Amino acid sequence: MDEGRARRRAVSPRLWLAGGWLLLALLAAIFAPLVAPQDPLAQDLMLERLPPFWMNGAEPGYWLGTDSLGRDLLSRLIFGGRIAFIVAFAAAIAACLVGSTLGLIAGYFGGWADRIISRIVDVWMAFPPVLFAILLVAVLGTGLSSVILAIAIIDWTRFCRVIRAETMGQSRMDYVENARTAGYGRIGIMLREVLPNVVPSIVALLSLEMGIAVIVEAILSFVNLSISTDDPTWGGIIAEGRLSIHQAWWVLVFPLVTLILTVLSFSQFGEALKTRFDPVLR
Amino acid sequence: MSACLEIRDLSAVLPNGHRVLRSVSLSVQPGEVRALVGESGAGKTMIGKAVLGVLPSSVRIVEGDMLLEGEDLGKLQPKARRTLIGARTALIPQGPLTALNPSRRIGSQMTDRLVRILGWSGEKADTRIRQLLDEVQIRDPDRVLKSYPHELSGGMRQRVLIAAAFAAEPRLIVADEPTTALDVTVQKQILRLIVQLQREHGTAILFVTHDLGVVAKISQKVSVLYAGKVVEEADTAALFAAPQHPYTRALMAATPRYTDPFASLKPVDEAVLAGLAAEIAAADQVWRRPHG
Repeated sequence: MDEGRARRRAVSPRLWLAGGWLLLALLAAIFAPLVAPQDPLAQDLMLERLPPFWMNGAEPGYWLGTDSLGRDLLSRLIFGGRIAFIVAFAAAIAACLVGSTLGLIAGYFGGWADRIISRIVDVWMAFPPVLFAILLVAVLGTGLSSVILAIAIIDWTRFCRVIRAETMGQSRMDYVENARTAGYGRIGIMLREVLPNVVPSIVALLSLEMGIAVIVEAILSFVNLSISTDDPTWGGIIAEGRLSIHQAWWVLVFPLVTLILTVLSFSQFGEALKTRFDPVLR
Repeated sequence: MSACLEIRDLSAVLPNGHRVLRSVSLSVQPGEVRALVGESGAGKTMIGKAVLGVLPSSVRIVEGDMLLEGEDLGKLQPKARRTLIGARTALIPQGPLTALNPSRRIGSQMTDRLVRILGWSGEKADTRIRQLLDEVQIRDPDRVLKSYPHELSGGMRQRVLIAAAFAAEPRLIVADEPTTALDVTVQKQILRLIVQLQREHGTAILFVTHDLGVVAKISQKVSVLYAGKVVEEADTAALFAAPQHPYTRALMAATPRYTDPFASLKPVDEAVLAGLAAEIAAADQVWRRPHG
């Protein structure tokens, strides 16, 4: 028992690394105007395509170099993080609320509710997600809220499917029947008895979904369908970097690495959180 | 004095028309332990579920009455029925592993029911729970109340479930194979606890089991079930002294004996099973006639 407690307190390196990177990126994004070394929009053709700091010809103050318009890459990445995180949190939470609620209802009540919700999910999943997102943004118009809405509309099914299956498993457990015998109402049992047991899965999925939202946002800005083109976004920077890959590889590589680290951290963080939230596993 | 539980001619069917309960009648007097014995699939758990109103949605009661302390459950509105069952009955479930919610602490699970369903104050519920934990010989209630189910052993969890069942002073407890999932030594302790609490509280128990040894130890009356039909009903002492039905005799012969550990186990005789099949077919004939 005491050993178990000690192991629980010792935070896994996975949680440290993933959580550390996310915290760093999040703080940088929140305090972007304070930490960014340069104005992310300031162009200076005298400083175009400066290499990162360890290479010949680097300028102090432009740590990761500049792009073909002379804009500081690090500052653009930091400011791009703002949009990435806003989209990640808002879209993932929206998708989670809709998907988990429907999944809980379908899994717990079964019957007609389940049949209707499951058919909708089947139809939804038949759409290619990225094309669906592009289509939605094209219809809704570009802008931050459209991007968030589009991701939530596409990805709620991910929550719905998993939470439905988890709920079905939990609802068959004796403790649910026990609660029914004691005289609890159906909705009360769903919220008080079943929901706490699916929360670990919801948390893991939520974190995973944040990573996915970051990718989808990057894809949308890559094809120029995200927010206004002035504000730097990770996808936008990647799109620009792709054009000058032979002259300035760093403009493509650094945003890609940032994106990969962030998405990976979200998924790892979710897994680590799941084990901590689960009273049996921890 | 009216019976604590009275079941009259209860029949239930599956959607395919297969009968899972065949005109079951039995009664449990206040403070009495009635054992329901039978092999798996005999419908003994089904009767317990029917009484508690938690039959699977596929099973439909087509005939018969259930009276809980004289009140006809079939005549009540669903909500009133739930309230009545919740206030007067309790369940000691089979699996101590799955019968407690894994993500909630024992304390809140135990008091929740008293507070939310029966409207007790939190303090009163807490006192009551501690008193019951003491009665089931849990000596460190503070630790147990703060624990999650997986932190307790199977025997401890079953004690907690017994305490929870008796906490609200139900008139009737349905005990659904409460000792089956436990090992033999723990089984004995748990059984003794149930009997002790049952005597002290004067609670009637419908005790579902497949173990005739348990029946002999705990009950005053027995109903032997086969394929959803009560084939024999008697006082426990009389049943063990002189079993009337061939099936009951076969079941007793099939019980392994510690005195002769090398004897091979005896299955129920083919002829007895054929007799049972005929008996059930005859009963179904009679039953079908008025229903067309």
